[in-house]
Amino acid sequence: MNVIRAVGRLWLVPVTLVVWEVATRAAEQPFFPPPSATLARMGEMWLSGPPAHLLLTEQAMDDFGPSLARLFAGWALAAVLGVAAGIAIGCSPRLSGYLDPLIHLGRAVPPPLLVPFFLALLKLSTPAQLTTIVFGIIWPILLNTIDGTRTVDRQHLETARIFGFSTAQRLTRVIVPAAMPKIFAGLRLALSLALILLIIAEILAGSGGLGYRLLTAQRTYLYTDMWGCLVVLGLLGYLLNSAFLLMERRVLAWHRNARQTT
Amino acid sequence: MLEITDLVHSYGSHRVLDGVSIRAAEGELVCVVGPSGCGKSTLLRSVAGLIRPTGGRVLIGGQPVDRIPDNLAVVFQDYSRSLYPWMTAANNVALPLRRRGLDRRRRREAATAALDQVGLADAADKYPWEMSGGMQQRVSIARALAYRPSLLLMDEPFGSVDAQTREDLEDLVLRVCAHHGMTTLLITHDIDESVYVGDRVVVLTRSPARVAADLPVGLGDSRDQIATRQLDAFVRLRAEVGRLVRGGSSTSTVLEKH
Ligand SMILES: Nc1ncnc2c1ncn2[C@@H]1O[C@H](COP(=O)(O)OP(=O)(O)O)[C@@H](O)[C@H]1O
Ligand SMILES: [Mg+2]
Repeated sequence: MNVIRAVGRLWLVPVTLVVWEVATRAAEQPFFPPPSATLARMGEMWLSGPPAHLLLTEQAMDDFGPSLARLFAGWALAAVLGVAAGIAIGCSPRLSGYLDPLIHLGRAVPPPLLVPFFLALLKLSTPAQLTTIVFGIIWPILLNTIDGTRTVDRQHLETARIFGFSTAQRLTRVIVPAAMPKIFAGLRLALSLALILLIIAEILAGSGGLGYRLLTAQRTYLYTDMWGCLVVLGLLGYLLNSAFLLMERRVLAWHRNARQTT
Repeated sequence: MLEITDLVHSYGSHRVLDGVSIRAAEGELVCVVGPSGCGKSTLLRSVAGLIRPTGGRVLIGGQPVDRIPDNLAVVFQDYSRSLYPWMTAANNVALPLRRRGLDRRRRREAATAALDQVGLADAADKYPWEMSGGMQQRVSIARALAYRPSLLLMDEPFGSVDAQTREDLEDLVLRVCAHHGMTTLLITHDIDESVYVGDRVVVLTRSPARVAADLPVGLGDSRDQIATRQLDAFVRLRAEVGRLVRGGSSTSTVLEKH
């Protein structure tokens, strides 16, 4: 049953590929290479290395290594800052009174516009890139954490008061777990945003990585290379999201099950 | 043990408690019964220190309640929101025991023992959503027991379970409260239940709440769901409480003359 349903949902992928292949071959436009050519080029660029390196080429290391490192570093940094600040703001009406306007102002600024500013401020490109990513993705984490922290069930908080939980206990055993579903929703959104901002940051302040490769391919009219980069970015986004969902399902098992039964 | 004197509370200009006085002796189980919305939860929340009443005084063991006392436990009505769904039953029961200075192993032992007392020895590692409503309410009771409070407050603890489970839980509460000699204030809107469970029944009037009557139950120590409810004394008291809850005046003096 499940297999049939999965196949039923997946049929659109090969059909699209075939239609695309036929159309691009017929059109013979250099800007739209057929998918088969793109795939072949991707293999050549990244997966024709020695077996000892899992077939990864040196170029793959150069393209993916720094990009993934920046992506995860930026995301982790934003997660730590966003969750910590979000809990503090969510728990303190005074703090949120002061910071709410700033948050909404900050959130409204398009992060790419700030790259030149961060570059001027931080000189080196990696800190500037990280800052761009963090600045661009911290908002959903921050806002969701604030929201999750503020909407903890009143009875859960009263139970903590009745049984005299310490501040640390209240935070780690009640508030954070209760806010976790919303925090995770923010983290997931931030992960997909991080990929976008990574590419923007690498294009605008780049010295390597996938975004830089994309830019140089475009500038030197290597359209197949460019398409390869686009495809691999799509795959990367899909993989990251799936991996995150897998983790979320484990960590938030109680939430899924509690919702099903009540 | 518990002295509530002239308790007054208003939400804004809406007066809910209008001079309520209730006393409970050490080890006594007092039922407070009143119509829905008359202010029973407000009364309990004032005693627990969760809200500061507009006027009046609450003493627990001679101490005024100015913040939440550390020798008090509460069982709430809504079991689905009273346990933490991200923790197993044993962890829900054990968590408050940190305050008692027990190490991890001792907390676990105390939790297991309390779960055993409420008949849930096998459910220690289950999550709330893996349990029925009655089981969750038992865990709530176990959590209160393990905490070893001198005063136990219960706000319509059996209000959201089916009839059979309700009877089981009533007997469970009677058993464990007697066993621990805990002073207990049990709030209910169920007349039958108040007479069955209480050593004394305090009847509140419709909002704003005042004490309409304070009746000793006097059915002895042993209760049986079927036999006790058939006793003449039970039937008469239930009728009396019923009249009072509906706003009638006490007829006990009349009854005694006959
Ligand atoms: N936090 C609150 N703010 C304002 N009014 C409240 C609040 N809590 C309860 N009330 C009102 O006080 C009255 C008594 O409520 P409550 O104590 O919950 O009654 P009961 O538990 O007997 O049903 C009700 O009319 C209710 O609407
Ligand atoms: Mg109530």
